[in-house]
Amino acid sequence: MTTTLQRNPEPDLQSLLHEDQLPTWLPRTLVAGAALITIALVIGTSLSIAQAVLIGWLLTWSLPIASRVVEGGRKAADRTVTLLVASAFGLALIPLGSILALVISRGAPQLNAEFLTYSMRNVVGEGGGIYHALVGTLLVTAAATVISVPIGLFTAIYLVEYGDGNRLSRWITFLVDVMTGIPSIVAGLFAYALFVIFFGEGIRLGIGGAVALAVLMVPIVVRACEEMLKLVPNELREASFALGVPKWRTVVKVVLPTAISGIVTGVTLAIARVIGETAPLLIIAGLTDSVNFNLFSERMTTLPVFTYFSVKFPGVPPEASIDRGWGAALVLIIIVMVLNLIARAVSYFFSPKGER
Amino acid sequence: MAKSIDVSDLNIYYGDFLAVEGVNITIPAKSVTAFIGPSGCGKSTFLRSLNRMHEVIKGAHVEGKVLVDGTDLYAPDMDPVNVRRLIGMVFQRPNPFPTMSIYDNVLAGQKLNSKKMKKSESDDTVERALRQAGLWAEVKDRLSRPGSGLSGGQQQRLCIARAVAVQPEILLMDEPCSALDPISTSVIEDLIHELKTEYTIVIVTHNMQQAARVSDDTAFFNLAGVGQPGKLVESGRTEKIFSNPDNPATESYIQGRFG
Repeated sequence: MTTTLQRNPEPDLQSLLHEDQLPTWLPRTLVAGAALITIALVIGTSLSIAQAVLIGWLLTWSLPIASRVVEGGRKAADRTVTLLVASAFGLALIPLGSILALVISRGAPQLNAEFLTYSMRNVVGEGGGIYHALVGTLLVTAAATVISVPIGLFTAIYLVEYGDGNRLSRWITFLVDVMTGIPSIVAGLFAYALFVIFFGEGIRLGIGGAVALAVLMVPIVVRACEEMLKLVPNELREASFALGVPKWRTVVKVVLPTAISGIVTGVTLAIARVIGETAPLLIIAGLTDSVNFNLFSERMTTLPVFTYFSVKFPGVPPEASIDRGWGAALVLIIIVMVLNLIARAVSYFFSPKGER
Repeated sequence: MAKSIDVSDLNIYYGDFLAVEGVNITIPAKSVTAFIGPSGCGKSTFLRSLNRMHEVIKGAHVEGKVLVDGTDLYAPDMDPVNVRRLIGMVFQRPNPFPTMSIYDNVLAGQKLNSKKMKKSESDDTVERALRQAGLWAEVKDRLSRPGSGLSGGQQQRLCIARAVAVQPEILLMDEPCSALDPISTSVIEDLIHELKTEYTIVIVTHNMQQAARVSDDTAFFNLAGVGQPGKLVESGRTEKIFSNPDNPATESYIQGRFG
């Protein structure tokens, strides 16, 4: 039996490739319309903001439905998923926006020269400032950075350049992962227990807070530096070896400069992560109303601890103290934001540039 | 300057795996020797064993002798770092240091080793190396620009300049033109002709026309089968290998019957 393959009659490309489409202006118009209706509902009716937003959100589903009718299943699925992803993004922005709005609206009125340059020494009720807590935060965090960056960077260099997947480096990687999960209060207790050995019960030191924060920072720094060092192409190491450069000089002069922008960014993010820690500093750095520039003696207040006590034990009358707490929270957020901007700038200016 | 290389009974291992077996070859001074052969036959591995670069890979080691002017590179008291200062290398893909300017890239061998140099001395070294690499005219006005901004062919010549700036005795080139266009390739081939008056040059190439054009001697590597070690099949004057080889495998490879 023989079969001859019959070629289909020449297809009509116009009808084959054609697909009905919604006009390009429609999605934007629908979303804008839903937003307008939401605003109108908030202003014109007794519905709460949440209810109005929910109604507006439900209205945007008219877009995938219209798409299903006009464009067919594939494009409707595309528009549905686009809408879901955009909604998830909006949902994630709500806490961020609401925290920022609340902290700025409550904290901004507090910011003035006195607030930033006065301590709380002998202040009862209104007045006073966060100078002592600002100094404490910057000193403790700086000391924690000084402790953790060498440890973290050298660990990462060992893991990437020398460990080469041997047993020790696998153990270090495992322990670093475990360290990432240490609760911050445990880090504080560790630092306290460590300093009690030398100074006895009830010790409160700024440097103790730095040690506690360093415990939290080291694994973040190791991870960030390890990833950055791995990104340095092996060809550069080989090029250096082929010039008769010893391994340690290759690491110091080729690998580190190539990775420096990423390392600086990683360290900055690690700082931003620990600068807001409260629990460990509550235990080991303590609370004081006075300015203390000496990490190695006496208590040292930091911004998170100051905020905690201002709100938790405001005294009588409470308003002034609670307002100071908001102000301190805003200053802390500003510090973290500035650190992130610095990290951006550093990674921009330090990254290797070609001319293209 | 320029030394000859004598290799006797060299076996090269990656861990327990024997990659290249029983190489005996003499590479004469101040000439160009080309290694040809199919992929995976151990040409590059052998080339890298000539300046102990293959040791960068964990577990790699050799048995046998590599003598440079009578000195065994693999004697126990030899430091691989010093060996690499004597025997420079150019890689398949141009790899200038992205953090350094053109000027610093040429001087990388000195700078990375923190060698103290006077400004005039380092200027002279840079100009001499760039002239030798045939790049001076193209970059002399932008020495402070980053090396990664050059074209592929210029980058490869920059890497050659970097290798000759440390004044090695021998220059190893691992497929230096395989990532380049024909015009850059011909520039680098002319360069190899000029460099052989001062250096002993060993070049690995996949391009048999290139081997015929640039080399004085040719060595043909082959492997018996998958998982078998690579071997040196025959070596000799390039004219002889290309016109009248002793081994039928060499003839069929050169005539393009396999590989």
